[in-house]
Amino acid sequence: MTSLKRIGRIKFGLLAPKEIRRMSVVKVITADTYDDDGFPIDMGLMDQRLGVIDPGLRCKTCGNRPGACPGHMGHIELAAPVVHVGYTKLIKKILLSICKGENCGRVKLTEKEKKEFLNRMEEFRENDRPITPIVEEMFKTSAKVMECPHCGEEQIEIKFEKPTSYYEGDHKLMPAEIRKRFEKIPDEDIPLFGMDVNVARPEWMMLRVLPVPPVTARPSITLESGQRSEDDLTHKLVDILRINQRFQENREAGAPQLIIEDLLELLQYHVTTFFDNAVSGVPSARHRSGRPLKTLSQRLKGKEGRFRGSLSGKRVNFSARTVISPEPNLSINEVGVPKAIAEELTLPVVVTERNIEEMRECVRRGPKHPGANYLRRIDGRRIKITEQNAEEVAETIEYGCRVDRHLKDGDIVLFNRQPSLHRMSIMAHRVKVMPHRTFRINPAVCPPYNADFDGDEMNLHVCQTEEARAEALLLMDVQRNILSPRFGGPIIGGIHDLITGMYILTRRGKMFDENSALELLRKTDIRKLPEPAELIDGVPYWNGKQIFSQILPPGLNLTFNAKICYNCDKCRGVDCERDAYVVIRDSQLLHGVMDEAAVGAFKGKVLDRVVKEYPNETARKFIDDMSHLAIRSIMSEGFSFGIDDEDIPKDAKIQIDEAVELANQKIHKLVDAYENDELEPLPGRSLDETLEMKIMQELGRARDETGRTAERFMGKDNSAVVMAVSGARGSMLNLTQMAACVGQQSVRGERIHRGYIGRTLPHFRRNDLGADAHGFVASSYKTGLNPTEFFFHAIGGREGLVDTAVRTSKSGYFQRRMINALQDLEVKYDGTVRETHGGLVQFMYGEDGVDPSKSDYGKAVNVKRIVEAVVGDEKGAGRV
Amino acid sequence: MKKKDIDVLKHELVPEHVVMDDKEAERIMREYMVSKAQLPKIKESDSAAKQIGAKSGDIIKVIRKSQTADRFVSYRITIK
Ligand SMILES: [Mg+2]
Ligand SMILES: [Zn+2]
Ligand SMILES: [Zn+2]
Ligand SMILES: [Zn+2]
Repeated sequence: MTSLKRIGRIKFGLLAPKEIRRMSVVKVITADTYDDDGFPIDMGLMDQRLGVIDPGLRCKTCGNRPGACPGHMGHIELAAPVVHVGYTKLIKKILLSICKGENCGRVKLTEKEKKEFLNRMEEFRENDRPITPIVEEMFKTSAKVMECPHCGEEQIEIKFEKPTSYYEGDHKLMPAEIRKRFEKIPDEDIPLFGMDVNVARPEWMMLRVLPVPPVTARPSITLESGQRSEDDLTHKLVDILRINQRFQENREAGAPQLIIEDLLELLQYHVTTFFDNAVSGVPSARHRSGRPLKTLSQRLKGKEGRFRGSLSGKRVNFSARTVISPEPNLSINEVGVPKAIAEELTLPVVVTERNIEEMRECVRRGPKHPGANYLRRIDGRRIKITEQNAEEVAETIEYGCRVDRHLKDGDIVLFNRQPSLHRMSIMAHRVKVMPHRTFRINPAVCPPYNADFDGDEMNLHVCQTEEARAEALLLMDVQRNILSPRFGGPIIGGIHDLITGMYILTRRGKMFDENSALELLRKTDIRKLPEPAELIDGVPYWNGKQIFSQILPPGLNLTFNAKICYNCDKCRGVDCERDAYVVIRDSQLLHGVMDEAAVGAFKGKVLDRVVKEYPNETARKFIDDMSHLAIRSIMSEGFSFGIDDEDIPKDAKIQIDEAVELANQKIHKLVDAYENDELEPLPGRSLDETLEMKIMQELGRARDETGRTAERFMGKDNSAVVMAVSGARGSMLNLTQMAACVGQQSVRGERIHRGYIGRTLPHFRRNDLGADAHGFVASSYKTGLNPTEFFFHAIGGREGLVDTAVRTSKSGYFQRRMINALQDLEVKYDGTVRETHGGLVQFMYGEDGVDPSKSDYGKAVNVKRIVEAVVGDEKGAGRV
Repeated sequence: MKKKDIDVLKHELVPEHVVMDDKEAERIMREYMVSKAQLPKIKESDSAAKQIGAKSGDIIKVIRKSQTADRFVSYRITIK
């Protein structure tokens, strides 16, 4: 076992030319890579001392074969110094802060000022504070000095021109000149720049020697045609070498200054793009095909870069990904895994006395499900098990062998859906091997994953060790994550059809004989029914509430208003005509219906109580039973929704038209009043604003009125109404828009005014303030919109689309930044929140020290609930 | 009104700030097992710090209203 070592500290510095030469094994001088025979040229970019990648060769430096040889650095001696693009800003600041004097080169500060800056830096360092602000202040102060306090030399203003040019007055400063100036800066002045003399000298920012990355860092690939294709970095290095050589030749031949300068410029360009091919102001270097080259900085930066792409995020083995689909018969902590996947994913099992026969059977079955794919023998040899050798290998199995057996029912796996925004995005499930090709999950676990079944894919990871499985079960098991740390309520629970199913089962009037009652409870383990509610002709009948009560854990008392409650001014309690007053006594549902407010994810009160007052396992069982029961109930009843469910009778249509007409008349009156200057402005509003507000109000009222009419005529058994009132899906507003009237379209909360002068479309008269002319859609989606309505609807719809598009991208980036900032904070055992250096962030987590996932909707204790539980208040017992 | 006359501590949104004496400061640092550098910081030039005359090195007790805990006490080290 290799021992782990801790990194104490990391120090950053600049590479000195000497250092670069010291770590180099080859001085690269020629731009040619391979000779005519395809052999690497000595002192070329593919010199065999830089490491080897071709099989069969040995490295001339370390003697290793490809794969074992780590690669070795080389170097290029540049004919003239060039600026390192990464330091252009710092070079400018230093240039500005030092004296240009021939024999000076000191920072333009008096001894006293210098000492003061250094002292402050020291103090900041001691207090673990960043010294950057002081360094910045130093640069600012010294740049202003135009006469050197040491030698009296008059300074000339220096300008930096992107990307890499510096001008002193009209004279262009060559990198060589800058380098000379920097060399003169005394060691004692260096700390003023925030640099450490031991690891960095400013002149090293002007490169005289360029490190050449080893061949292993820029491998060439051989195409099918046998042609070699070089890495982008190699291409760039070839460019640098070529120009370097030309520059040298021209200089030695005494070429005119202008040509020399041009060549230097070109050398600078190539070295710049070698480091970073996306510097602003520098045209990016391109491949022959026109594709921009991927140079050093491009390898590191961004989502696919080395840090975010290769180090923080990696591809892993023992994982699978496929489309998900619903299976309400599964438990919430199960996941249906396609057989084809189960045959591919394996789990290592060491053969012992206790499992040898089972493992032998696995090996015997080989690649057929529940079999095994590999056997590792005691001598360490790994054998692939095939249909042909399965029998044979099964005979050789012995204690200590390791069998990579297929995934089977009950194995612990991690299940994940991106984006993983909170911890419930990855949870531990138990495998259930199933036919077909999708992962199956109980729809009740959709909310924590934010999953639906419109083509969503999810990932699955197989825990490979006993420790991993134990940890997954203890921390990530689905039933341990029913309560969300976000709001301290259940995040797993009924959605859509589960809520509808519960609602139609528990509403008044449904009776079941023994057969159908037991059929509903088939998937639960309830086999005995209570006393029947009624005997009709001697045959016992049970109601839906009784059947639901069977799955409640014992001893539950609860009273609350269901989602369907109208919030009447005076609640009639138990006698509510809508059956919206829920009473549960000793786990018997006596009154009220189970809807979103009872069993829904996020809002389910019954669910919430069960999770908080019973063990996780009980809560899991309840959600399982609830989904089984709900699905059976909705299936036996039959539930569908189609276009004719939006039909409304003629009378309703007439009433709706009347309501719209009435609104139109009222608006007419308002407009008349406005034009006759009889309109009273609302406080703080102009006359125009008042008119607009009143019109909007009137139109809103008209739409609500039509909605109520439609609802009245559709009746409470209409599928859409059932879904809306029980909170399963959709709202009454959706329904209104489909059946009665779409209503006012708006942009930024106002009626639509944009378009032509004085009117929105050529169809209207100028200055028409009526409803139709400003985007009121009187039609319903069912009847269809007329052309102007359609146009206004498109305007309103566009705003919504833009909003969501902007919101998702903004919030995604914000989330990334938040996580980056907070990921290393830790709640310590004393309740304080600290960062990695022990620095205090909060003196008590959340100020009250409460873990929201163990809280009651954010509060540490629900005092009322406790009092009632102890005192046993008969009337309001368990009222939430 | 001159700038000097404004007492920021009287503003509703500014929590109570108190300079702690050495003994008490010592006790806090022991209680939380922290060095001065590990405490949250407040600048000497901060309006509230100026108001109570805190000097670099002083520990300030900040008592604020809290949504979750009603009243919450935290500490800050004054820096230059
Ligand atoms: Mg989807
Ligand atoms: Zn080597
Ligand atoms: Zn000077
Ligand atoms: Zn009611």
